[in-house]
Amino acid sequence: MQNIETKQIALAAHDIHKEFVLPQHKSTSVKQAFVNIVSKNGKTIQKVLDGVSFEVNKGDFLGIVGRNGSGKSTLLKILAGVYAPTIGQVDLHGGLTPFIELGVGFNPELSGRDNVFLNGALLGFSRAEMETMYDEIVDFAELGPFMDQKLKNYSSGMQVRLAFSIAIKAHNEILIFDEVLAVGDEAFQRKCLDVFEYYKATRQTVILVTHDMETVKKFCNKAILIDGGKITQMGDPRAVANAYSELNQLQIDKETSKKNKRRTGSRLVVQTLNARREHRESFVLGDTMVARVEWPAELGKLESIGINIFKESGEHVTGINSRFGPLKNLRDRHEVEVEIKLDITKGKYYLLVEAFRKEGEVVETLLDGPRFTVAHNGKLDWSGLVNLDHVWTTD
Amino acid sequence: MQYITKKNRAILREMVATDFKVRYQGSILGYLWSVLKPLFLFAILYVVFTYVFKVGNSIPHYPVYLLLGIVLWNFFTEATMVGASSVVAHGDLLRKVSIPRYLVVIASSMSALINLSLSLIVVIIIALFNGLRPEVGWLMIPFIILEVFAFSLAVAFILSAAYVKYRDITYIWEIVLQAGFYASAILFPLQLVPAQYQKWFFLNPLVQMVQDARYLGVTHDSVTIWSKLGVPYTLYPFVVVVVMAITAKLYFKKQSKLFAENI
Repeated sequence: MQNIETKQIALAAHDIHKEFVLPQHKSTSVKQAFVNIVSKNGKTIQKVLDGVSFEVNKGDFLGIVGRNGSGKSTLLKILAGVYAPTIGQVDLHGGLTPFIELGVGFNPELSGRDNVFLNGALLGFSRAEMETMYDEIVDFAELGPFMDQKLKNYSSGMQVRLAFSIAIKAHNEILIFDEVLAVGDEAFQRKCLDVFEYYKATRQTVILVTHDMETVKKFCNKAILIDGGKITQMGDPRAVANAYSELNQLQIDKETSKKNKRRTGSRLVVQTLNARREHRESFVLGDTMVARVEWPAELGKLESIGINIFKESGEHVTGINSRFGPLKNLRDRHEVEVEIKLDITKGKYYLLVEAFRKEGEVVETLLDGPRFTVAHNGKLDWSGLVNLDHVWTTD
Repeated sequence: MQYITKKNRAILREMVATDFKVRYQGSILGYLWSVLKPLFLFAILYVVFTYVFKVGNSIPHYPVYLLLGIVLWNFFTEATMVGASSVVAHGDLLRKVSIPRYLVVIASSMSALINLSLSLIVVIIIALFNGLRPEVGWLMIPFIILEVFAFSLAVAFILSAAYVKYRDITYIWEIVLQAGFYASAILFPLQLVPAQYQKWFFLNPLVQMVQDARYLGVTHDSVTIWSKLGVPYTLYPFVVVVVMAITAKLYFKKQSKLFAENI
């Protein structure tokens, strides 16, 4: 069905640039490869945002994602009015309440009640507005009997509950959240998700910065991927979430291959590939990894190849040998491949490969073989090191 | 431009209230200290300057003359010192919410203003004990206080914005205040200064404010700018205050955009 409702713009960011001037003495310690550090007039300029434009319509649930240091938090602070953009501007149509942190301004020496009003004022609500919201906030926090107690006598859980209740009972046209989900226990996070559910249902305009792609896919109707201070992808949250995951994968691959370059010694050449025989160093649970082993003729006739998977922490996950497969003897071959289904828990691994002339006689060893990582795929899960083949039955 | 919005009022109110509630946390006498502290301070100065140094014997009601000066000076000191560090002290806040930056400076000066009011009550009580009777001139004193307030606020704005970049400011300012205390003729009657030097004291706008307040509230023996230099010179302190206020506004406005990232 065509949605012919006219879109009303809630927030528009026009060509936002942000540069930070770094103090000279700090410039040597700031080694962030992902930001351009350009020396200008003797000052060190750090370009964090480089021309970011987008619009948020009323009722949009916008997710902003990006790797650490991509500039997304800076962008959020500019939207919130905490930072002034170097170039560009943000047009707001309606009130905006930012939650860069919960419980801003909370003072441990004040009562819970006083803190509610203090926090509310700092978030931009008048006394009268806070008075109408007060009861709802206290009810939601389930802290009625404690409101006259000093905040320092609250448990940390109670403090978070109070701060969170103010945040979600604070009505405003646009709400901004920065990694709110990162704090709190599981019960708290579930509560957050309930609130997001409510926002989505009531078409509350929300801008959310998060690392959690599940949240983006579930709640957002629009998403932005920021990389190196620019929007690299915008629109469908699923596409953006996938692009983000890919970006992370790429980074992991880069890091592992950097480590792998330092490997020397053995005449065995070992590679990790995916099922399509493309070079890979990161996999997800349940993926098939292909380990390819090659050796030069000078090693002579080999009987078998043994491949061991070790966790980075040293646990021996498994050891397999070609002798027990269909290849009884490798004789004149110079290469062998094995497909391994990675039903092993997420983490970092490396291979240890041995070449045998006959059983018990090792002619060549690659002690510190290629490294690879295994990540969660969001579906499979178990505890422990491996997932053994299993079948559940019931009468 | 709208400065006194409901939101801003709520922020100011909460910040000043918090400051006050937190200040006397854990003390048995609590708020009473904000009156007791100046009272004891006055008692000490009273003893020292009427029995030991006797500098004020020539001035009628010298204890009150002295106290009024001290109260105004203390206000200036508190408003500028606390004001100077207010932006940096609230750095955590300014990095997380977009409240108007000038509010933290105003809030700190409001706290000083409340202390001034409490101290003035003590001064009035002492004045009555000392044999002074209320007169019409007293009604002019609030205007002098307003002038001191405007001057202090302007200075606080400039210092607080500069302090974000240059952390030496508070040390320098402490020294300036130390010198200013004597340059403002708080402890001694201006008459004691050789006549040819007296006029130079009026370069410091605070001297006009303090001397006028003393003239209106305590004794006409107070040397004032108009009695010393003539009526046209009366404009000078006001010009200083206005120039400072404009400078403060422009400088603070320009700097405040970068507070969140520079603190």
